[in-house]
Amino acid sequence: MSVTPSDLTARAARAARPARQGGETASKVAVNAVLGLMALYTLIPLWWLFVSATKGSGYLYTGAPLWFSHFDLVANVKSVFSFEGGVFSTWLANSALYSLVGASVSTLLSAMAGYALSKFVFRGREGVFNVILASVLIPAPMFALPLFLLMAKLDLTDSYWSVLLPSCVSPFGVYLCRIFAAASVPDELLEAARLDGAGEGRTFFGIALPLMGPALVTVFLFQFVSIWNNYLLPSLMLNSPSRLPVTVGLVQWRSEFANGVPPLLPVTGAFLSLIPLVIAFISLQRFWRKGLTAGAVK
Amino acid sequence: MSSSSSTQAAPPRSGPGSAVPRRAAPAGRSRRAGRRTALTASGFLAPFAVLFLTMMVAPIGYAIYQSFFTVHRAGLFGGRQSTVFAGLSNYTTALRDHDFTASIVRVAVLGLVQVPFMLGLALLLALLLDSRSARLRKTFRLTFFLPYALPGAIAAVMWSFLLVKDLSPFTRPLSHLGITTDFLSPSWAPVSIGNMITWGWTGYNMLIIYSALQTIPAEVGEAAALDGCTGWRLAWRVKIPLVRPALVLTTVFSIIGTAQLYTEPAVLAGARIPGVSPKFSPIMNTTVGMDLGPNLAAAESVVLALVTLVLSFGFLKYNQRKGAVA
Repeated sequence: MSVTPSDLTARAARAARPARQGGETASKVAVNAVLGLMALYTLIPLWWLFVSATKGSGYLYTGAPLWFSHFDLVANVKSVFSFEGGVFSTWLANSALYSLVGASVSTLLSAMAGYALSKFVFRGREGVFNVILASVLIPAPMFALPLFLLMAKLDLTDSYWSVLLPSCVSPFGVYLCRIFAAASVPDELLEAARLDGAGEGRTFFGIALPLMGPALVTVFLFQFVSIWNNYLLPSLMLNSPSRLPVTVGLVQWRSEFANGVPPLLPVTGAFLSLIPLVIAFISLQRFWRKGLTAGAVK
Repeated sequence: MSSSSSTQAAPPRSGPGSAVPRRAAPAGRSRRAGRRTALTASGFLAPFAVLFLTMMVAPIGYAIYQSFFTVHRAGLFGGRQSTVFAGLSNYTTALRDHDFTASIVRVAVLGLVQVPFMLGLALLLALLLDSRSARLRKTFRLTFFLPYALPGAIAAVMWSFLLVKDLSPFTRPLSHLGITTDFLSPSWAPVSIGNMITWGWTGYNMLIIYSALQTIPAEVGEAAALDGCTGWRLAWRVKIPLVRPALVLTTVFSIIGTAQLYTEPAVLAGARIPGVSPKFSPIMNTTVGMDLGPNLAAAESVVLALVTLVLSFGFLKYNQRKGAVA
């Protein structure tokens, strides 16, 4: 990014000319009113989810939909975690396992591949890169069904591997890593390391990888969230309740609503499963931006 | 990519990768060095390449292969099965399958309405955030983008309570206003699904457009202002043409996203909402159809991937040509 928000305000101030004060105020009110309306549209459903997660069993549909009544969050959380022998915590652990392992492995593999594509000149390099780029344009769900057919052939469905292995591949991560390696790893440094007799492995792990570190957080974050949020792939691959991630599990609770799963379970469960994501989202926001602006180049 | 976005971190076209200066090296040594470079590079590429080939390329190849075969069951009870070459028969079956073609048309219509609406909204919000009247820029930006980080499946569970007439907390307040619409009736369900996508993705698209707006040099706006071009005219005449690449990009992403529509209708169908059939979207068709045999499902996936590629690349090419003429 070449222009920061502070540049923007400076530019706004510079561009500001002595204009009709009335028109200025009216436009200020109108602009912020539209922005505020959109913020309400975004936040009201989430606020409803939070309020509903605190309502005592049986009071979900009574009282004001957007305000607290019969506050009983602790009991709701307890029943979510104890229902069906505590399967909810297994789902959370599975989601964490798939996302942590998948994102870690794919970040490392992407860093290695991106480094190779950026720092080595070899025949067919652009060809390899173009194939990877093209596969970014084909969305993951298009691969889900063929993957299922293949996994079924190999008798790997309903195993941890069936979700973990596909999660370890991220062409978008390779794309980002190539940009980041080119931007943050100086050739002179690699050369100096080689002259000092460092092997290729040591040059990469000791010098290139630490330099790419901050950028790799972005790659990790995108992959982590895309695995955590994935629904189609695990819902196709997995049957056993003990292997499901939390997304698939909660959707099952929602669909078993008619069979006696009380609505507070999916509602409170949905609320609980969003908390770690919202925290990660707010605390890591600057890394999001980096991935999006780099991604917008393609 | 086009010129206006090249101010961002662009991928190196001719990489600065010639790590070893080989000015004075004799030809033989240089060739050996080149071979060593290629060998090292492939060592770094190999782990990713293996997974990429097995998890992405092989499945597609296998699906294409499967789509040309069919399983013949011989005998009364299907005791003996044999796989025989079927030519294009799976494809003709897929294209004659009313549920499948209807789902493609349904989702195409949904996308034709929803994508322009969502991108128009995203563009409007980006322009407003970029205008000098906006306050709390960072808070608004973060708020709009938040739904992107949340799982679509969980959001769909949430909306499934907010929209189902018997459950929705808003049914009664709305009825006081005289609104008694069932938002998940067959005629309204596509609108509700469009709303769920809009809720989840507007902020993401807005951020891409907003990032492009911020790369416009300040001088451009100043020059336009000196010519008396401000406000909406500035946005329409100057800013929007300059962020065209971002608009094309978000459109392509949205076309792809619409073609792969699955989670939202699948959650609603799973919740047994009568307005949403289990074969609402093309991908739902292929997963439901799996029970009937993988060959037809494979052919349907191939058709779907081809339609998506034609649409997204077609849009890209069309815009490139238009951009070249303009």
